[in-house]
Amino acid sequence: MKKKMLAVLLAGVMVLSMTACGGSDSADTGETTGTETGTETTADASDIRIGLITDVGGVNDGSFNQSSWEGLQRAEADFGVTVNYLESSTDADYAPNIETFVDEEYDLIISVGYMLADATRSAAEANPDMKFAIIDDATIDLPNVTCLMFKQEQGSYLVGYVAGLMTQTNKIGFVQGMSNENMNQFGYGYCAGAIDANPEIEVLQYNANSFSEPATGKSLANTAITNGADIVFHAAGGTGLGVIDACQENGVYAIGVDRDQASDAPGTVLTSAMKRVDNAVYDAVQSVVNGTLESGIQTYDLAKGGVDIAPTTDLLTDDVIAAVEEVKEQIISGEIVVPNDQASFEEKYGDVYQLD
Amino acid sequence: MDVLVKDLGLLINATLVATPPLLLAALGSCFSERSGVVNIGIEGMMTIGAFTGAVMGLLTGNGWLAFFCAGIAGAFFGLIHAVACISFHADQTIAGTAINFLGPGFAVFLCKAMFDNSTDTPAMDPSSKLPRLFEGVFPTGSFLSNVLNVYVVAYLVFVLAFVCWFVFYKTRFGAHLRAVGEHPEACESLGIDVYKVRYTCVILSGFLAGLGGAFVTLATINQFRPSVIVGQGFIAIAAVIFGKFSPEGATKACLLFGLCSGIKTLASQSNAVSPNLISMIPYVVTILALVLFVGKAHTPAANGKIFVRSK
Repeated sequence: MKKKMLAVLLAGVMVLSMTACGGSDSADTGETTGTETGTETTADASDIRIGLITDVGGVNDGSFNQSSWEGLQRAEADFGVTVNYLESSTDADYAPNIETFVDEEYDLIISVGYMLADATRSAAEANPDMKFAIIDDATIDLPNVTCLMFKQEQGSYLVGYVAGLMTQTNKIGFVQGMSNENMNQFGYGYCAGAIDANPEIEVLQYNANSFSEPATGKSLANTAITNGADIVFHAAGGTGLGVIDACQENGVYAIGVDRDQASDAPGTVLTSAMKRVDNAVYDAVQSVVNGTLESGIQTYDLAKGGVDIAPTTDLLTDDVIAAVEEVKEQIISGEIVVPNDQASFEEKYGDVYQLD
Repeated sequence: MDVLVKDLGLLINATLVATPPLLLAALGSCFSERSGVVNIGIEGMMTIGAFTGAVMGLLTGNGWLAFFCAGIAGAFFGLIHAVACISFHADQTIAGTAINFLGPGFAVFLCKAMFDNSTDTPAMDPSSKLPRLFEGVFPTGSFLSNVLNVYVVAYLVFVLAFVCWFVFYKTRFGAHLRAVGEHPEACESLGIDVYKVRYTCVILSGFLAGLGGAFVTLATINQFRPSVIVGQGFIAIAAVIFGKFSPEGATKACLLFGLCSGIKTLASQSNAVSPNLISMIPYVVTILALVLFVGKAHTPAANGKIFVRSK
């Protein structure tokens, strides 16, 4: 008897903890099931349903996924479309989550992040009549998939430029979460910006090979600081929290990534290389509403508001802010072309970047 | 020479960053396993400790108090495990698995409820974190700064490891806990309260695992997010088995893991060596050490077996 009761109790506990991980989309789900029956020919925007699938971060990760969901919510408010999201707790959730939206015949299914590329590709191949979009992946070449790409090298160039102007030791650090074509663009932009601002500069580079090991990030940043760096830029997600913390402890500056990370360590985070995923998602929804969504690679750059430098500029001097504004103009006008691959980088700057 | 000294400093520093959470959790695991209760819920207990540490640090601004509260939160989950496994004779592996679901789930749930539906806690002020030794005494980046200007707890864990060793082998309670893990029926016949010893050990394991989790959020970084613990609880359990279920063995194993992550750090300064190979270092070293130097581990005979009081 006791044993049975316990089994029930434990099962209850497990169910509860599952809902705590995966839940919180109840309100939106309720709405969507309601509208399912009313598929009329009138072009009411609320008939247009957009689904978002997060990677393992979830919609409140304070980064990428959250930014995507905010863009989608903004689109809901402005265009009256119906939006919904599904969070993935593990890699194994991607395909079933996409399948859920496919079964409900959503008008656009947005996958957040390159980790969902395989699942998105197979779903798009199996359902050629449905529309898909994926953020940060350009490998899917299908007529029903839109790839939303960012010129992250431009944002990184701007923060590199800031670092080049602000450094006292002529040494700055860079900690990367993983070495691949996509992530190396942060490095190319950062090094290019730093060298253009300060030809004397040396960039100390480290690859943490993980996005979720703060202890590794901390040790790597500490290595950079010990070797003389006085500003460290991270493009390493959760690993980067350790980078920022090491900078705070040692009284040097850190540079954040993806969103404005100033609140993670006020007085330490000099600036951040922002990636405005929300703008890209918003634009994609707008195209669906207007019926103008194009497949293939859509690139979001500085001019389109896809990347930028953080709005928090408390730690920057007016001179630096003015210089960065000028560089921004030059990038937008095409006067400065920021390299985004090994060939174009090494042609101009030499073999400075070591993580490729 | 200078480079060598600098690298040595970095190596020690990285070891002192990576080892403490593992060692705290591993010492906890020793208590539980040696008393005969399998505790694979260490990971869940660490996560709840990490969350509690971050929240209490934010609310109270006192690192030590937050650290202690995190231990209490871990101990509470230890109590749940103890009630399930000892009083209700549940399968210990399944109960531990439930704790591993419950810990992170509960932490994220509370986090969302408390912080505007966010899965991360806001960053806390450096003054709310655990204190460091010799803060600002040595120049930034110097050997002494890297070796000595670390969190007090990073050194205290080794003192604690010694205390655990002392408790295990030099005290009555230690003798009881080891005996209870080998032959609980015999212990009972001699008048030892098996339930009481096991309850104490499992709750203690939760307390130490909670402290281990809190080290991450109160020293390594300054906030909680669900991905900060991932896997460390299981590495701690591996270290305990590797260390033959003894505090001194677990300490050596955790130091080896920590040292390897230090080597990993030094090796990732360029991509000359494939980063994936470098990431394998701790695991390859462990397997080699296990095969070459460590003999067969003696699992406590009654570990994982359900014991029913005869009264």
